[in-house]
Amino acid sequence: MKQLDDIAGVFAYLSLLTVGGGMAAFPELKILTVDVHHWLTFPELLHFYSLGQLSPGPNMMMVASIGAVVAGIPGALVALVAFFLPTGLLTFGVGRLWRHLSTWRWRPAVENGLGSVSVGLVLAGCIIMGRGAVTDILYAALAAAVFLLLFYTRTNPAYPIIASGLLGLAAHWWEVHAT
Amino acid sequence: MSDASPSAAAPAPSLGRIFWVFLVMGATSLGGGVVGYLRSGLVTRERWLDDTDFVELLSISQTLPGLNATNMSILVGDRLRGWPGALLATLGMCLPSGAIMTAAGFAYGVGGDDPWSKAFLHGIAAGAVGLIVVVMVQLGSKVLHGLADYVIMLGTAAAVAGFGVNVPYALLAAGAIGIWWHRPRG
Repeated sequence: MKQLDDIAGVFAYLSLLTVGGGMAAFPELKILTVDVHHWLTFPELLHFYSLGQLSPGPNMMMVASIGAVVAGIPGALVALVAFFLPTGLLTFGVGRLWRHLSTWRWRPAVENGLGSVSVGLVLAGCIIMGRGAVTDILYAALAAAVFLLLFYTRTNPAYPIIASGLLGLAAHWWEVHAT
Repeated sequence: MSDASPSAAAPAPSLGRIFWVFLVMGATSLGGGVVGYLRSGLVTRERWLDDTDFVELLSISQTLPGLNATNMSILVGDRLRGWPGALLATLGMCLPSGAIMTAAGFAYGVGGDDPWSKAFLHGIAAGAVGLIVVVMVQLGSKVLHGLADYVIMLGTAAAVAGFGVNVPYALLAAGAIGIWWHRPRG
């Protein structure tokens, strides 16, 4: 029960930080699941993010995987409910209120002010994830190539993502056979 | 409940239809760009929203905490059929990936030590960094307008990633500065 309580607390807290997208909560996700609770290692966390990338739906559904690793099916359910219920209720309430606020003088200030902050939080999440995932020049080149491809063309992201995995396999094959 | 009625004159879809459409989007949105799938599903195919409504709801979704995909499900479901619509849209969006990622947690426990799976997933994590930067640049091009916005953005990132400031403190401090900077004047 202690573990389920911890899962509920951690993911309810993290959900409130996902301003601008799931990546904004990634720095705290890493600290709480890896450094504080030792539920998994940093490479394992990145692997679950990758599995979330391969699955349909939002990447951050990987919170279900972390819950399952810690406490099985109940852990996965608790992680999902904790991650989606608090922000879900907030969005529901504010969504109804927001239309009444269309003439509120502070509304553009809130949207613009929080907008820059949310991009900054996503950038921070990206840097922390990059420290674990971009481990050498090969992976730096890979990340840059994926960026350029997706930024300048309308390619479905699924293709470069699968190609990235295959490149990881090729790099491992090289390590095994060329050294 | 005038708030929850769709802006178009078309009759609101049934709850079952809402659940089904979101379930299909939740099960097919491969590649990590759920917002793109939402737009083609809701605006182009089903015509439940026009582009103006879609952009407005998306900007609310991005301002509030919560994933864009689930926030959009809640807002669109509520607009179509009130709270039951919001609930069923969100369940439909989350069920497929929730089940897959729970199974992935168990599968990883069985096969995650294999160096080949690790190498595959490590490659994907590196490629995903490139994808996240694309999403970030697209978000940034919409919300970053002046020099002050860039300073607030970089300051937030440096505080969190460089100096280890906890995200809630950074969010409150930089959020207060950002809102104050853009305060209504005159």
